[in-house]
Amino acid sequence: MTTFEKRLLDEFQRGFPLVERPFAAIADDLGVTEAEIIETLGRLRDEGMVSRVGAVFDPGAIGASTLAAMAVPPGRLDEVTALVNGFDEVNHNYEREHRINVWFVVTAPHRARLDAVIAEIGERTGLEVLDLPMQEAYHLDLGFPLQWN
Amino acid sequence: MSTPVLDDIDRRIVVATQDGLELVREPYRAVARRVGIDEAEVRRRLAAMQARGVIRRIGAVPNHYALGYLANGMTVWDVPDDRVRELGRRLGGLGFVSHCYHRPRHLPDWPFNLFAMVHGRDRATVQGHVAGMAALMEDVERGHRVLYSTRILKKTGLRLAA
Repeated sequence: MTTFEKRLLDEFQRGFPLVERPFAAIADDLGVTEAEIIETLGRLRDEGMVSRVGAVFDPGAIGASTLAAMAVPPGRLDEVTALVNGFDEVNHNYEREHRINVWFVVTAPHRARLDAVIAEIGERTGLEVLDLPMQEAYHLDLGFPLQWN
Repeated sequence: MSTPVLDDIDRRIVVATQDGLELVREPYRAVARRVGIDEAEVRRRLAAMQARGVIRRIGAVPNHYALGYLANGMTVWDVPDDRVRELGRRLGGLGFVSHCYHRPRHLPDWPFNLFAMVHGRDRATVQGHVAGMAALMEDVERGHRVLYSTRILKKTGLRLAA
């Protein structure tokens, strides 16, 4: 990655300008052209370094969300994962090293739908689903400084 | 359910932007066209959603795995309920903690009530951070674990149905 690409990623994880031509505003800050900013972000996105350029929404502010977890026997991991991921309400799902090994975020327009999704996953798998909704946040996700090698 | 924080136009803006802004000279105009409002109104509403906390930030969303942040440790702590806010603020203030939340315990299986996500280039880096976090706990924690992710099973942005 070039120094310019690193600066672009470091300095514009937040505070993306809300002006008519935001890429031109960023270009002014970094001393390059608007076209170079657009081209570089497009390439970083195509290469997978950047997931997207846009807003990070707070799922809890838009509807109801929770972190759910299950202890899935290793032999059933593929089957249970396919079932869980089949719900549009599940947006993140990670396998983690612990007896409770499947951790996923469920987001829905309201709590009742969230409860229904969790109940259905529990019934269809016969496994307990831990429901761990956020009680309070102590850090807003504002991005974090990247450490380059 | 509390008062909806988004009206219909806000929701349409969320739907139109949840996969990211178009990388064109006037990205908000592209959103405006899809939503059917004017360009300045899109920017005004995005600013308002940000002020209300519905939008946490607007910018480039890095893919930490692709950038070499291979270790993702969910650190979980069992701390007394009357100290959770104070300790949560301490952990949440650390630069390497990307999210920090109070969540309910689920006894007896799950005694942990404070979650802090730590990203690092490797596990040794994360372990170093965790040692520093434990030092901030002033001996009041009753136990902690680091759950490393071994596989991303699914990852999409927030989905709001159109």
